[in-house]
Amino acid sequence: MTFSSTADLKAAVAATRFGLGARPGEIALARHDPHGWLQAQISPNGADQPQAGGGGVLAGTPESYQAFLAYRAAINAAGQDPMARKAARQPLDDALAQEVLARAWLAAVTPSPFRERWALFWGNHFTVSLMKGEDVGATAAAFEREAIRPHVFGRFADLLSASSRHPAMLMYLDQQNSIGPSSPAGLKRKNSGLNENLGREIMELHSLGVDAGYSQGDVTEFARALTGWSMGGPGAAVEQQGTFLYQQPYHEPGERRVFGKVYASGQERQAQAALDDFAASPHTARHIAHKLAVHFVADDPPPALIARLEAAYRSSDGDLAQVANALISAPEAWEPAAHKLKTPYEFLISSHRAAGTGPTDAHKDVLGPLGGFGHRPFAAPQPNGWSDAAADWAAPDAIIKRVTFAQGFANAHAPKAGGPAPAQVAQESLGARLAPATLTAVQRAESRPEAFAILLMSPEFQRR
Amino acid sequence: MTQHFTRRSALALAASTGLSAAFIGAGGAQAGTFENRKLVVIICRGAMDGLSVSPPVGDPNYAVLRGAIAIPPDQALKLDGTFGLHPKLAGLYAMIQSGQARIAPAVAIPQRIRSHFEAQDMLENGSGQLYGAATGWLNRTLQAVQPRRPIRALSIGAQEPLILHGPMQADSWSPGGRLDPTARIAGILGDLYKDDALLGPALAAGLKTEGQASALNGGHAPGGGDVQAFAVTAAKFLRAPDGPSIAVLSLDGFDTHANQGAAQGQLANRLGVLDKVLTGLRDGMGDQWSKTVVVVATEFGRTARVNGTAGTDHGTASTVILAGGALARGGIVGDWPTLDQAKLFENRDLAPTLDVRQVFKGVLVEHMGVDGRALETVVFPRSADARPLRGLIA
Repeated sequence: MTFSSTADLKAAVAATRFGLGARPGEIALARHDPHGWLQAQISPNGADQPQAGGGGVLAGTPESYQAFLAYRAAINAAGQDPMARKAARQPLDDALAQEVLARAWLAAVTPSPFRERWALFWGNHFTVSLMKGEDVGATAAAFEREAIRPHVFGRFADLLSASSRHPAMLMYLDQQNSIGPSSPAGLKRKNSGLNENLGREIMELHSLGVDAGYSQGDVTEFARALTGWSMGGPGAAVEQQGTFLYQQPYHEPGERRVFGKVYASGQERQAQAALDDFAASPHTARHIAHKLAVHFVADDPPPALIARLEAAYRSSDGDLAQVANALISAPEAWEPAAHKLKTPYEFLISSHRAAGTGPTDAHKDVLGPLGGFGHRPFAAPQPNGWSDAAADWAAPDAIIKRVTFAQGFANAHAPKAGGPAPAQVAQESLGARLAPATLTAVQRAESRPEAFAILLMSPEFQRR
Repeated sequence: MTQHFTRRSALALAASTGLSAAFIGAGGAQAGTFENRKLVVIICRGAMDGLSVSPPVGDPNYAVLRGAIAIPPDQALKLDGTFGLHPKLAGLYAMIQSGQARIAPAVAIPQRIRSHFEAQDMLENGSGQLYGAATGWLNRTLQAVQPRRPIRALSIGAQEPLILHGPMQADSWSPGGRLDPTARIAGILGDLYKDDALLGPALAAGLKTEGQASALNGGHAPGGGDVQAFAVTAAKFLRAPDGPSIAVLSLDGFDTHANQGAAQGQLANRLGVLDKVLTGLRDGMGDQWSKTVVVVATEFGRTARVNGTAGTDHGTASTVILAGGALARGGIVGDWPTLDQAKLFENRDLAPTLDVRQVFKGVLVEHMGVDGRALETVVFPRSADARPLRGLIA
């Protein structure tokens, strides 16, 4: 650090901690005004949208859901014939591969990496996962593009509402067939009833937080309010399949008492009113502030940082652009020491950014390596999403896998002879965060791929 | 490098836990008695439905409460007048028949919680309090036995679970990319990580396991596709000379809120995987199965009644499975509270008759030779109310 100025260090922190790792030239670009470089990435239009390569188009939710229905029909027709089953699956696998590649490409090449990191945070906050089944798998990527990305710099209330109403979320947390016991449908069908999965996870994971002090009774009451929030399923008219559908016959009649507040009977709007109150709750402000600070700064973040984020949320009525601004303006967030270990996805993306490349093959470049790391996109094991705590990604086996990945990646992508020297590549990637020991090891490497693998596995590249 | 427990760190541990140093070094079980004992803990994440694992088909309320998702009595594998076993657990059933497995049908964590993540924290941190410890009780088990008998633990899977997290470095392994421990880059990174408290020990431990995995499989890396082969490889680690004494693995996909199925279906498929893991461990352990105990636990059970979407919601008590050749022969473990409406917890869930710590503590004392006081103060502090379950081990 002796030879670098504060601006050098801030530029390196901006590109690595708030961004996705520097591409060649990025730190130099950010250097004149690191804070301004980040601030310019906060966009009222939300996050960027992944684009399919080769002139393709990424399908919206209704089309994706219909692809799932077609798959289901085909797999039933296929019986036990393994070839026919594989053929039935292929369109779903291809669509997911296309989505995953488009998303990873965007992250690898974007000149606005903070904007993308912010979107990825919210996508993980509102987890939907293909582990639940092919219906969710078919619509998970569309969920992120439709419900998450447009709202990540808007009001949290809008983001929460968009997530809670999206078919992928309704299916993931079993809301679509939740029926009020005293509703017309509930009285008619004996074997039907309430499912409180979505109600609970909205309160616990998406908004208030588990320590907000609500009871099992509050969860059940909110689940009752949510009855009727459903979607067009296999039996619906084609134009309604895979869209939000309010099923009035499912709705539990009457007023509801949720977390100390009474909601007059109001059909579809009853649950929305509760959602709006959750979004406005100081518990939610605290929960979101804490989670952001943990994600961007440290597993055990400074309380002053949490307080700033919480204040920004509360004073702006949950305006996420204001919260993002508070994050990049907080002195605690710029502390030079990097505490966070990159998740496997961040490691993969930042490796491409360091090489100045992007992934071109969904299976070979993205799904294969991330599957090995246990971090396959849209496949979180549980509704709380992926952890970003160092302890969860630094098991001995996981570090070995990072080394073998780095070796393979370096063999394929390390800048070739005639390109920039290894030391320059390291400087471009880590800027003033590059430690002398790493620079020495890079310079002493036997080959360009070895030098690049050492850079990727250096303690400072592994952290952000 | 695996952390070695020294006299100095024993004293530090004693100070931090309020233990006297005199106790740490003395007394307790003799090392020889418990040599080569193996313990495998399997955590079924997402809340495994005990009422389907060991369906109480003889309980008059079972079929009524469960409706279409009840396991039909003629398909359950009969255990006794009350209980059957899920038909997908045929391998486990054979173990039970030969006295090598038992079920405890009404077990729960110490506090009544219905959040997956909080309940898993409580199951794994072992403090009896939510977020009451940042370390896992199996890591503290290593600490507790270390002065007399240094043993190691292995985490199987891409991520280390909380139950093994703590100051004692656990090994970890999962199928996938392999690294030659003698490769040049291993040495270079070892140097770069020499002052790195996170990456340094992890790399060193990983390289060591790489060498073992390669040797165990005749130089070939085992694939990840076949669950049974995966379990067999895990067992090979445990069997190896100087292999770990404790292994942990997690299975997920048990959160069956909708379309749970009965003898066939979503949950049945997961139980089929569990059965393959159990039989794979038995086969892989070979003659050492007689020194092995496997404990299968989940964070909580599921509602006694079927819900509106042919599934079940978050409940309370569930089934713990015990397997292994070291077990004492016996029937159902713990009392059965029945599914009588008046007996249901909050008129909704199977009520617990055992604290899951009682099962864990019983296994640690009788099978792993953990000293009684260390158990109460280090491994499961403030757990005097949850007395170790005795007589589980032959």
